[in-house]
Amino acid sequence: MNKIYINGLGCISTQKTFDTLFLEESAVNEVDTILSIHQPVYKEFISPVASRRMAKGVKNGIVASTLALREAQLETVDAIITGTGMGCIEDSEKFLKAILDNNEEFLTPTSFIQSTHNTVGGQIALGLQCKAYNLTYVNGSISFESALFDAKMMMEENDASSVLVGGIDETADYTMSLFRLAGFIKNENQGLDSFLKSTTKGVVFGEGATFFVVEKEKKATSIAAVLDVEILNALEIDKIENKIGSFLASNNLKFIDIDAVVLGYNGDMDSDAYYKILSEVTFANTPQVYYKHLSGEYDTASAFGLWVGTKIIQTQSIPDIVKINTIDKETYKTILLYNQRNGIDHSFTLISSC
Amino acid sequence: MSIGVAITGMGIISSIGNSVEENYNALLNSQVGITTIENIVTVHADVIKVGEIKKTNQELMDELGLGKDNNFSRTAMLGTIAAKQAVKDAGITSINEYKTGLISATSVGGMDMTERYYHEYFENPDIVKYISSHNAGDNTDKIAKELGLEGFVTTISTACSSAANAIMLGARMIKSGKLDRVIVGGTDAMSKFTINGFKTLMILSDGYNKPFDDNRKGLNLGEAAAFLVLESEELIKKENKKVLARVSGYANANDAFHQTASSENGDGAFLAMEKAFKAAQLKPEQIDYVNVHGTATPNNDLSEGRAMIRLFGENKVPDFSSTKPFTGHTLAAAAAIEAVYSVLAIQNNAVFPNLNFETPMAEFNLVPQTTLKHKKIEHVLSNSFGFGGNCSTLIFSKSE
Repeated sequence: MNKIYINGLGCISTQKTFDTLFLEESAVNEVDTILSIHQPVYKEFISPVASRRMAKGVKNGIVASTLALREAQLETVDAIITGTGMGCIEDSEKFLKAILDNNEEFLTPTSFIQSTHNTVGGQIALGLQCKAYNLTYVNGSISFESALFDAKMMMEENDASSVLVGGIDETADYTMSLFRLAGFIKNENQGLDSFLKSTTKGVVFGEGATFFVVEKEKKATSIAAVLDVEILNALEIDKIENKIGSFLASNNLKFIDIDAVVLGYNGDMDSDAYYKILSEVTFANTPQVYYKHLSGEYDTASAFGLWVGTKIIQTQSIPDIVKINTIDKETYKTILLYNQRNGIDHSFTLISSC
Repeated sequence: MSIGVAITGMGIISSIGNSVEENYNALLNSQVGITTIENIVTVHADVIKVGEIKKTNQELMDELGLGKDNNFSRTAMLGTIAAKQAVKDAGITSINEYKTGLISATSVGGMDMTERYYHEYFENPDIVKYISSHNAGDNTDKIAKELGLEGFVTTISTACSSAANAIMLGARMIKSGKLDRVIVGGTDAMSKFTINGFKTLMILSDGYNKPFDDNRKGLNLGEAAAFLVLESEELIKKENKKVLARVSGYANANDAFHQTASSENGDGAFLAMEKAFKAAQLKPEQIDYVNVHGTATPNNDLSEGRAMIRLFGENKVPDFSSTKPFTGHTLAAAAAIEAVYSVLAIQNNAVFPNLNFETPMAEFNLVPQTTLKHKKIEHVLSNSFGFGGNCSTLIFSKSE
């Protein structure tokens, strides 16, 4: 399996994750149950005329992808691959509401045009005038990992040497109220103390746009390497450890070779049960990291998780705010990321220093 | 020529039939599926015609044996029916025996239920179960569960080219050995959301769609699901499988012109076709039939036609037809049902007619095949384009 290199990052999240080093200005929101992104100054990236017509997910996607390209010092790429769980729900919601409230009359196409899941990928291509491969994955918690998997496969096939990969999701009011009704969102934020020991269902919801420039060649500016990505639809809880063992073995690694494990704890007791056994047994003596208490949970929150993992390798340090345990390592060479939601759509991502 | 990836099973449900055989018979006998809408209440019912599957959700639930507390969207039900047919057709009995994946495609996901219950959710606890069905991935997860498939599962959404990309990804994963077999395709149910969306864009025809006709007025929307089973050479040999046809070429390019409109010269379409030929190691003159995207919108047919002329050469475009006068434009499922039709064209040496065509377009000298034509067919090219500038081309070939 060939390594690919992460050469650029762009992260718009509910935390200050641009113009900062690594979460030094972050804080856990212990009040709200729906977190909003920390807004960039859009006009520095998008003309105000274009910006007015764009939903926030599209804007955030453009800003995050621009930041990633800048860091990688690239003008364009050989492929643009995005992942999104819910897609452009702000515009979907707007158009659907107009249909229902006006009995299918007096509609304008703008919000329909921008409601498709691939709007962000299409708009980035339009902005870069990039006619290359362009794809959008929409499969819940593995939407982003599908994009990363595809990017890696393209490089193995010698079909691309640089790919822009991103995960984007946005919140929208009515959809959030439905999610709350269905119990996906907690009634109240129970604070950090109970986050890892949650005894309730539901999550604190978030949104974000996280982009990576991955390239086949290692450069002086390369930040980290992606060794492997695996996606599985269903896995029983008692098989997780074995599965991770075989995933590591296929990369000639053992549990002990993992310098830090980044887990997708989201505060939902049922989802978190999948991570508990890893925290308490498999990786009990390994530095453990969580991040959804900062980003909130959403379908592509794991892209934020990869950003955290990549930053750990880049800075060779784990900020206290994302530490699950107090174990430190001198060097962080190999990091495993594991994410799933409610026992469906599992992803295993292995990254390392270059 | 590259050997291509083997297709060993197919399943389909569309407005012209509930099985591969029914769809084939309809194509042979010009039985059109475009009718007045029945399953959705819309103010546009009298002015639009659609390719609707004449089964109610209850009938689909009964057919699938889903319990009363199920929360399947229509998209998930259509997808499950087609995927189960494909798996059965491929003779697969133990789905997790080999490394097996599922790659679906959808544009609306569970929108049909969301729009039906949008304002009712807060009053009626019985329907709250449908909130989670909106997510596109939930529809695919349900299909996977119905198939008992636990491995690699993902979903692609690139609007109207979605299923072409699902087939492409599946073929690539087989070729690279990441999977032994994979079920690929797409599913989209009719929804008020898409009806009104295309209506506001003024690209819905008030009659029957007429692809590549000078007087074309737009598309008829349709709903459908179709899946193909792709398998590795190793598995074909080991299990002595019958190969229906092969996916020999595939490509995806972006028009990078406009969010919803295609460029006048069809740059994206041209690039996709060109790249697909490269992947297939075939020359344009080897194509016997082109199943065009041919939505019958003024913009698409002009753009696609120009791209074909650029690629094949003036007066050298092979026999081509759009099958959308039969089925309507089934969005994310379109490339999947047209993949089934492409395989049927190869198996039966038949070019299916481009119905409703009368007058050639003023801009170029392109006349589609308007009647059923039997001739030797080795290679079929199928185009699919979507919002966001997405252009995808697949090439299907006879298996030696």
